[in-house]
Amino acid sequence: MLTIENLHAQVDGKAILNGIDLDVKAGEVHAIMGPNGSGKSTLSSVIAGNEDYEVTQGKLLLKGNDLAELDAEERAHLGIFLSFQYPVEIPGVTVTNFIKTAINANRKAQGLEEMPASDLLKKIREKAKLLEIDSKFLSRSLNEGFSGGEKKRNEIFQMAMLEPALSILDETDSGLDIDALKIVANGVNKLKGKHNAVVVITHYQRLLDYIVPDFVHVLFDGKIVKSGTKELAHELEKKGYDWIKELA
Amino acid sequence: MEFKEKLISSYLAFEEDMDLSDSVHDTRAEALKVFEEKGFPTKRDEAWKYTSLDSLIREDYALFPKSEASIELKDVKKYFLYDTDTYKVIFIDGVYSPFLSNTTHDGLDVCLMSAALTKPKYRDLINTYFNKIAPGDDSLTALNTSYAKEGAYVYIPKNSVAEKPIEIIHFSSGNEEALWLQPRNLVVVDKNSQVQIIERHQSLTEHPVVTNSVTEIYVHQEAFVDYYKLQNDLPTASLIDNTYITQEKKSHASVHTFALGGKLIRNNLRFYHKGEHILSTLKGVTILEGKQHVDHSTLVHHSQPNCESHQDYKGIFSERSEGVFNGQILVDKIAQKTNAFQQNNNVLLDDKATVNSKPQLEIFADDVKCSHGCTIGQMDEEALFYLRTRGIPKKEAKALMTYAFANNVLESVQLPSLKKRINGQIARKLGVNLGFEL
Repeated sequence: MLTIENLHAQVDGKAILNGIDLDVKAGEVHAIMGPNGSGKSTLSSVIAGNEDYEVTQGKLLLKGNDLAELDAEERAHLGIFLSFQYPVEIPGVTVTNFIKTAINANRKAQGLEEMPASDLLKKIREKAKLLEIDSKFLSRSLNEGFSGGEKKRNEIFQMAMLEPALSILDETDSGLDIDALKIVANGVNKLKGKHNAVVVITHYQRLLDYIVPDFVHVLFDGKIVKSGTKELAHELEKKGYDWIKELA
Repeated sequence: MEFKEKLISSYLAFEEDMDLSDSVHDTRAEALKVFEEKGFPTKRDEAWKYTSLDSLIREDYALFPKSEASIELKDVKKYFLYDTDTYKVIFIDGVYSPFLSNTTHDGLDVCLMSAALTKPKYRDLINTYFNKIAPGDDSLTALNTSYAKEGAYVYIPKNSVAEKPIEIIHFSSGNEEALWLQPRNLVVVDKNSQVQIIERHQSLTEHPVVTNSVTEIYVHQEAFVDYYKLQNDLPTASLIDNTYITQEKKSHASVHTFALGGKLIRNNLRFYHKGEHILSTLKGVTILEGKQHVDHSTLVHHSQPNCESHQDYKGIFSERSEGVFNGQILVDKIAQKTNAFQQNNNVLLDDKATVNSKPQLEIFADDVKCSHGCTIGQMDEEALFYLRTRGIPKKEAKALMTYAFANNVLESVQLPSLKKRINGQIARKLGVNLGFEL
């Protein structure tokens, strides 16, 4: 699904990623953990195509497609989805209209007709139910005045609607209370399957109790310094990140 | 001959059709003197520092259309907000078009300034209201006054609600090579009454047109005036809009200005308070491209205690377009407990686009809440990135952001069909199909 080879990236001339290798296969859940400033969010931005970051070396492939020359929207059309840590507010554009615009933009890129309104509404209802979102929420302006939990739930709702091949969840657990966390995690679990993959980026192990990873990678100083299974996350929870720094 | 000279010498011809013994005519003659003395404003005038009329007045314009233009309804229908159900006062090249209009004298007056200025039954009203708030020393207003003859006249008697909105539309047919128009409107809304008005200037060809318009609006006690200016003309049409509003106690006057197209637009919008507990609302959305130039010059003069004013202007500028916002708030010493707010936010989409924003607060009272905020920035790249990660292409993403940016002004439009129309115009202007009706 996602292949990253020796990826180096910088922002404003400052190197942030210093040679990342990662291979995520369809059907897998990977967790990327690490202390603040280790490059976690940069990695997700670079995969999604944020132009603020310059890739200086290495390769980024999705299903064999080289992403290097692709814009963020083209990457989305290939099936990359990024759940933002801080989703953007769009006053005056309702959640429903926004999702409609996004879905039809993706369909257009695939050479498909717009989704019929009745199909769209049916799908919205189905996915809203999955994330325990009520219909009033759908007619509110996107993210405007949403609580932290509502914003994150809305991110996963968009993921559910767009059905991406690769979902990157950037600090999706931050700002969530335990009930909201369970709803969000439950949503993600129901959406994952044989043909898609999920990369969970998190500072804490907490979310991984609910979205159980197949693999855990520890990022430090722009490099993956250790990889393992879910037990590694528990170890990090117990021991903190200091011992990792010694591995670097 | 310079155009200024032409304006002055043509006055004799204009006078030929006028009743020279009339007091209105004295007003005109005095106004012409003011214009003759002051001439057109130049960049040396502080209030015109960022807007030059030079390129306009270098040309020659016809002042009186030679022949009456005829326009088919089907050709202009699209500029009407509604097919039916509005009062309409429609002019073609400054001349009233009875065929396209729908006026009334049934309970309220929606008719012509020419009638109000000449018929004896309006004499008292004209003596009370005509040219009473328009400042005598403003040269362009004086120029309009000197040629004041035609426009819309609206009178809403007390305790009544105009059931239908009023559309005032000035078409220019292109019959003249170049045309200079000077409509004069008067709106009087008596005690505890309400009206909604939509004003529009529209060229039908690319022959240059300059409109120097003056509108006086009187909002009596507890009355509500909801006024919309739709400025979406061709790139060959220019507009100098001078609107003067006086409000009495507990009244609300609201003016929305949508400046979406034209060569040069200058909006002089002035609010004066004559009582307490007044609310004044000034909102605007400006979306420009090419070399278009729009200058919003506002004044709210708080001269009574316990009044409130809100100004909110959003501007989006691409290519080499230019925006100016000059927002003046004046709070007299007596005007305690004033709440006066002003916002002007601008987004520059291209390197060559410019905005000059100048808040001017002069506050002489000590117990007031006044605030102003002005921003000039680029489009939020982070927000664009967010939209693009959802598969929305950059152009559409920019359009969505633009729409969102202007949204709180659009939200306050009270007429649903007008709101829809403006949203449609904005979507077309941004050149996108967002897949839903804005």
